[in-house]
Amino acid sequence: MAQRLKEVDVVVLGVGFVGSIVAKELAASGLKVVGLERGDPRDTVPDFQGPYVHDELRFAVRKALMQDNTREAVTFRNNAGQTALPVRRWESFLPGTGLGGAGVHWNGQTYRFQAADFILRSHVEERYGKGFADPELTIQDWGVSYADLEPHYDRFEYLLGTSGKAGNINGKRVEGGDPFEAPRARDYPTPPMKEHYAGAIFRKAANGLGYHPYPQPSSNLSQPYTNPEGLQLNTCVFCGFCERFACEHYAKSSPQTVILPVLLKNPNFELRSGCQVQRINLDSSGKKATGVTYIDAAGREFEQPTGLVISALFSFNNVRMLLLSGIGAPYDPATNKGVVGRNYAYQTMSSAQAFLDESVNINPFMASGASGTMINDFAGDSFDHAPHGFIGGSYIGAINTNGRPIEYHPVPPGTPKWGRGWKEAVARHYNHTVSMTIHGSSMPRRANYLDLDPTYKDAWGQPLLRMTFDFPQNDLKMAQFVTDRAVEIGNAMGAKVVAGSPRKGPYTVTQYQTTHNTGGTVMGADPRTSVVNPYLQCWDVPNVFVIGASNFAHNASWNPTGTIGALVYWAIDALKNKYLKSPGALVQA
Amino acid sequence: MAKISRRSFLKAAGSASVLPGVIGTGGLGVAAAAGPAPKTPLLFFTPHEAAFIEAACARLIPFDELGPGAVEAGVPNYLDKQLGGAWGAGERLYRSGPWQAGTPSQGYQLPFTPAELFRNALRGVEADLKAQGKVFAALSGDDQDAYLKSLEAGGKDLNGVPSELFFQTLLGMTVEGYFSDPAYGGNKDMAAWKMIGFPGAYASYYDLVDQHGVKLARAPMSIADAPPMEHMHQGPDIPAKL
Repeated sequence: MAQRLKEVDVVVLGVGFVGSIVAKELAASGLKVVGLERGDPRDTVPDFQGPYVHDELRFAVRKALMQDNTREAVTFRNNAGQTALPVRRWESFLPGTGLGGAGVHWNGQTYRFQAADFILRSHVEERYGKGFADPELTIQDWGVSYADLEPHYDRFEYLLGTSGKAGNINGKRVEGGDPFEAPRARDYPTPPMKEHYAGAIFRKAANGLGYHPYPQPSSNLSQPYTNPEGLQLNTCVFCGFCERFACEHYAKSSPQTVILPVLLKNPNFELRSGCQVQRINLDSSGKKATGVTYIDAAGREFEQPTGLVISALFSFNNVRMLLLSGIGAPYDPATNKGVVGRNYAYQTMSSAQAFLDESVNINPFMASGASGTMINDFAGDSFDHAPHGFIGGSYIGAINTNGRPIEYHPVPPGTPKWGRGWKEAVARHYNHTVSMTIHGSSMPRRANYLDLDPTYKDAWGQPLLRMTFDFPQNDLKMAQFVTDRAVEIGNAMGAKVVAGSPRKGPYTVTQYQTTHNTGGTVMGADPRTSVVNPYLQCWDVPNVFVIGASNFAHNASWNPTGTIGALVYWAIDALKNKYLKSPGALVQA
Repeated sequence: MAKISRRSFLKAAGSASVLPGVIGTGGLGVAAAAGPAPKTPLLFFTPHEAAFIEAACARLIPFDELGPGAVEAGVPNYLDKQLGGAWGAGERLYRSGPWQAGTPSQGYQLPFTPAELFRNALRGVEADLKAQGKVFAALSGDDQDAYLKSLEAGGKDLNGVPSELFFQTLLGMTVEGYFSDPAYGGNKDMAAWKMIGFPGAYASYYDLVDQHGVKLARAPMSIADAPPMEHMHQGPDIPAKL
């Protein structure tokens, strides 16, 4: 029997980047806010300190900061004709857990999407014609424009102190930045990071081919920075332990370094960790949330009444929470009706490696998670797609985030998998290879979706989320095209061997690709094709807001965190200036 | 430093422990009962299993002039401790049924924990070799490679474990033990890091990252080598040494 607690104004589900920012703003406006976090409370001191944080086996290979899949997993199949089976160990994607969420162990790569991404359907039809995109793609406009989001991108970047170089300030081209970016109101808060050797080699080769290399925007900072919340960050020392690790140097922007200290000081906010939310409770009309039910770490069940629920979970869990709570109609690919779970997308990751002369010491371990040099010439809609027959694109970069040797020991194609030949190749190429990341967009298709698994359960007896996903032909064509361009860049580096690995189907969960899982609670102006309205408010239950990468109508060529941050501040603006003044649906369906 | 010479490796590791045919302190020591090297106790493998593991590791990453092999680096000891601990017991492995074979893209779908997988597969290997009248550790290197390749190629059922799965698991964990921090029992003396030039767990490269192509010659640092302070806040004011 659940113990019923005293009502609070707001319950925030998940205290990662999204949850901590929303909670901070709402608590500061005078509301009583409870944050429910399933994982542990943790902070830079003492939890992320030496010497144990620089342990590749524990954190990168065994994935110590990730969701424990003995308790909670997802199931997966490539198509609806197969039986989905549990992802018994995370490989392809790595959902995080704990206070600060994935914001603790991310790489700090902080991008904006292009203006065309937010009006993708309209833009593609206008530029290439109505029949151009493959009809299986369920691309659509997002119901929000880049111009709407620009001030909120800006606010998030200044919260993080992101280090970078603008390419377009208010429409004026700035040399050295990304010429393909949408206009920004001002430059990044801090200058770009130092360029490592792999980046410099890439820059020279890309320049020679007439492309437009620029420094990767990084939330591992290039210099000390005090953010608008009054919190201080240090200069990154390029230790090469970012993604899958927490930063002990206060140099990576994370909830712990940029917002949580302010939130946790506010007496209007209460953090409850170790709390597994089971569902959002609705009244008898099904149109109003009355609270949430959760189970704490000791197994006790609680009902927390509230007037406003913010679901700020990882994309999978935002979708699953709505499905478990009966909010919104589940998507059915057979009828193409329903919305929750629709437009699940991923990222189409390819790679290329340039094997250089032994005299060239790359020193791959001198790196941060976002200190690469890259080009957007083949990303998004930077180039004319008319001759190519696909939409979307990829950035190409010498990103080189680390030289941790269990997972990073590049060898040329044809190298034996073990034995003397393998060992010789590992020793020969470890310090003399430039690895290029080819980070591609992912278009939603009718057959790809998320729903509840009929068979497999979590440790609390609730159905796991079921993923049905395979790469659209559109994206595989795109991956091949852009990988060919990366191989040309590798050849221009003077490499003896360049190995391009374009992404191929079928999608497999056995190989790490990225944790940029998006969609499923898509935003939009039409309730027939979206779960939340343009302000991220549920169409069906107006006192529930859902915020995160699950709002993306497709996934663009860039890492999602910057756009998630822009959506958070965009939604906060609507909450504070519209919803709280007059609670109810902000947009009439 | 890009690599170490055999001479400097022998000097660093102690020549007695790396001569071919002599089991070093990094190995399990089961075949070296008469030798002076201290034994590493077994927590998981039976002595019989350990003899196979040690011989197989020596073929997967052999000793040569570039640096230590898996045995000299202590990988068998790493495997023994991992399989005898939480990882072997199924840490971070979703273990609820029903069980059914999936497509290759759906990944691992057997009920075995890593410890169960090794135990069953090693029994299967033993039976398979016995049927062929062979003792793995007594085969020539070429014959050992040929047998490992037959496991890798797949098609053998090792007590319910497909041989290619067992081979890939053994190889993957061998590479882990070879390159992980010495705290886990492999990568003895950080020799695998020295071989490739990875400087280890701790460093500030702020002053070096834009000295492109610089040759880093300093010795690597493991977790155990970290300065004994409760909190380490490295900053750019701490200079890196070449």
